[in-house]
Amino acid sequence: MSDTPDSGLVQLLTPEGERVEHPDFSFPGDDEMIAGFLRDMVIARRIDSEGTALQRQGQLGLWASMTGQEAAQVGSGRAAKKQDYVVPSYRETAVAWVRGLDPVALSAVFRGVDLGAWAGNDGNFHPYTMVVGSQALHAVGYAMGITADGATATGNPDTDEAVLAFFGDGATSQGDVNEALVFSSSFQSPIVFLCQNNQWAISVPTTRQSRIPIARRADGFGMPGIRVDGNDVLASFAVTSWALDRARAGEGPAFIEAFTYRMGAHTTSDDPTKYRLNAELESWKLKDPIERVRAYLRRSGSVAASFFDDLAAQADDVAADFRSRTLALADPLLEDSFDLVHAEATEHIIEQKAAYIDYASSFEEE
Amino acid sequence: MAETLTLGKALNAGLRKALESDPKVILAGEDIGKLGGVFRITEGLQATFGEDRVIDSPLAESGIVGTAIGMAMRGYRPVVEIQFDGFVFPAYDQIVTQLAKIHHRTRGQLKVPVVVRIPYGGGIGAVEHHSESPEAYFAHTTGLKVVTCANANDAYWMIQQVIASDDPYIFLEPKRRYHDRGEVDTESEPLTLHAARVAREGSDLTLLCYGPMVKTCLQVADAAAEEGRSLEVVDLRTLSPIDMATVVTSVHRTSRAVVVHEAQVSYGIGAELAARLSEQCFYDMEAPVLRVGGYDVPYPPSRVEEEYLPDLDRILDAVDRSFAY
Ligand SMILES: Cc1ncc(C[n+]2csc(CCOP(=O)(O)OP(=O)(O)O)c2C)c(N)n1
Repeated sequence: MSDTPDSGLVQLLTPEGERVEHPDFSFPGDDEMIAGFLRDMVIARRIDSEGTALQRQGQLGLWASMTGQEAAQVGSGRAAKKQDYVVPSYRETAVAWVRGLDPVALSAVFRGVDLGAWAGNDGNFHPYTMVVGSQALHAVGYAMGITADGATATGNPDTDEAVLAFFGDGATSQGDVNEALVFSSSFQSPIVFLCQNNQWAISVPTTRQSRIPIARRADGFGMPGIRVDGNDVLASFAVTSWALDRARAGEGPAFIEAFTYRMGAHTTSDDPTKYRLNAELESWKLKDPIERVRAYLRRSGSVAASFFDDLAAQADDVAADFRSRTLALADPLLEDSFDLVHAEATEHIIEQKAAYIDYASSFEEE
Repeated sequence: MAETLTLGKALNAGLRKALESDPKVILAGEDIGKLGGVFRITEGLQATFGEDRVIDSPLAESGIVGTAIGMAMRGYRPVVEIQFDGFVFPAYDQIVTQLAKIHHRTRGQLKVPVVVRIPYGGGIGAVEHHSESPEAYFAHTTGLKVVTCANANDAYWMIQQVIASDDPYIFLEPKRRYHDRGEVDTESEPLTLHAARVAREGSDLTLLCYGPMVKTCLQVADAAAEEGRSLEVVDLRTLSPIDMATVVTSVHRTSRAVVVHEAQVSYGIGAELAARLSEQCFYDMEAPVLRVGGYDVPYPPSRVEEEYLPDLDRILDAVDRSFAY
């Protein structure tokens, strides 16, 4: 594998929307499935732009846009089966969508009404963490638990479980991520690491995190590392399916680098014009993950002409609903926080809560 | 020469001065180069001093502090930025087990003049891990010195003073005060580094505070004055060591003390002050030392942070309770 930035990428659908062959990977689905991917990507992008708009209007404190990364997220997210456990970072809007999470659960976090209370939802979607890289170790521990439970490598792919863990290119510099790779490899845990290399960690380019393509690091940890065109939803699906199947079959962890691009700002609080050139964005627009699927479906003629307009209307509906329910979110009560500190309450906190309620209610009477 | 600067711009000017006056000073941290840091505290410094002295680090806090320790051993004076309070913990091991101990371990043979800058505290409507007050963890570690500025003049001078010191420092920056403007006197001698400062004189009760709460306590003193109470406000400036002489002198005179900080009230700086005051001022005091801080719950979702953070009402309430003794 040579070291140019985009060398060795698995690709099954070109930016022009042409299907291409790859010696090791192929897309197993039909055009209906591809149309479903497009639906996911279009809706997720629409939710994302609504999130950004809500932040601009002062309704969210922050929003971490994933526009540009839809294919990496939908392809990999759809490759996870119902029984798999998905561990996101903080930018996985489209993954959350395909796991069936209500997007308002995400906006609640960015509006400051909730810290991630969707845990336990039946989409097996772990809460966000804002600490870059921490979640990789939790994901491995969960996978170790799957092994300990004998819930994988039974030979039944319909029930065998695995973990799919997300993080960014910047996160690969963190000790926690490196330790996660060590643990997973030592214990041959059923986990797939999905690194979305969106080229930037806030203002710092990937080259400051790694001098070689990030996927090549996997070799040193003793697991396969695959680079996939992260703007190609078919390839992202095919590669992640392969890695998850392997993990479920007891063949150990794998590392996928989805080579993609974050088209917007890092979050709504930064200004990308300070650190990157517009020409870069323009060149990536030509590789837009959504446009290539649209082009393919148009050419294949497998969807009705009205499909695209209907989809746009459907995405607008989802966004309108997302907006109105986000705006209707009730603020939390600080007094509930006291009950949430421990599983088994302590006297001290119970007393402090009582004192707080007493104090707060003294104002209401005034 | 005096000029009016925001606290953030004063820090920038202080860092610039330090880089100019000592070629061994090096800045490092995530996004501090082109972007100038997420709060723009290092804005323009890389353009002037180059990429070797203002370093964009990989995204690895343990790496940032650990390599700073090595650079310091090699004769440099690294000043590293941790992007937000809640992200210092990946580096906590390096800070607590190494940075704090090297001088002692080597019987003074090695000095590690590392400054760890941390924007801290809440009130900016942020998501989790962006609003915390971790000062007590560091103050509890011997070998570290922990300071925080509350106004532009202190920001300008204190950052230069900690960089010039041969000891490792945790330098806490009150992020919600970054935009507050104040007079910076770039010529007269500054206060010595570990002195507390009487930010407002008063005779009836002493408010002990630091960092973001100094402004709040000054507002409290204004409000109390309208009710005929004269509150003294002491800005600690240094949390480790604490300038007990200034604190004791004040409390000796006023005979009452309320400690105010954003950090959770239990096991914090307030507890330390209360213990020391009960040892040193027991017979001078008319009331026990009271503490106003964050509640003992994790920093809450930002929509309710105003209720979590000490505000005028809660501090005035504590003042009333002190007078009720
Ligand atoms: C431990 C830690 N350090 C710093 C930060 C601040 N921060 C938030 S996101 C980010 C960049 C992350 O880049 P990358 O891992 O590439 O993921 P991306 O945001 O590009 O998806 C930084 C530095 C953080 N959240 N956690």
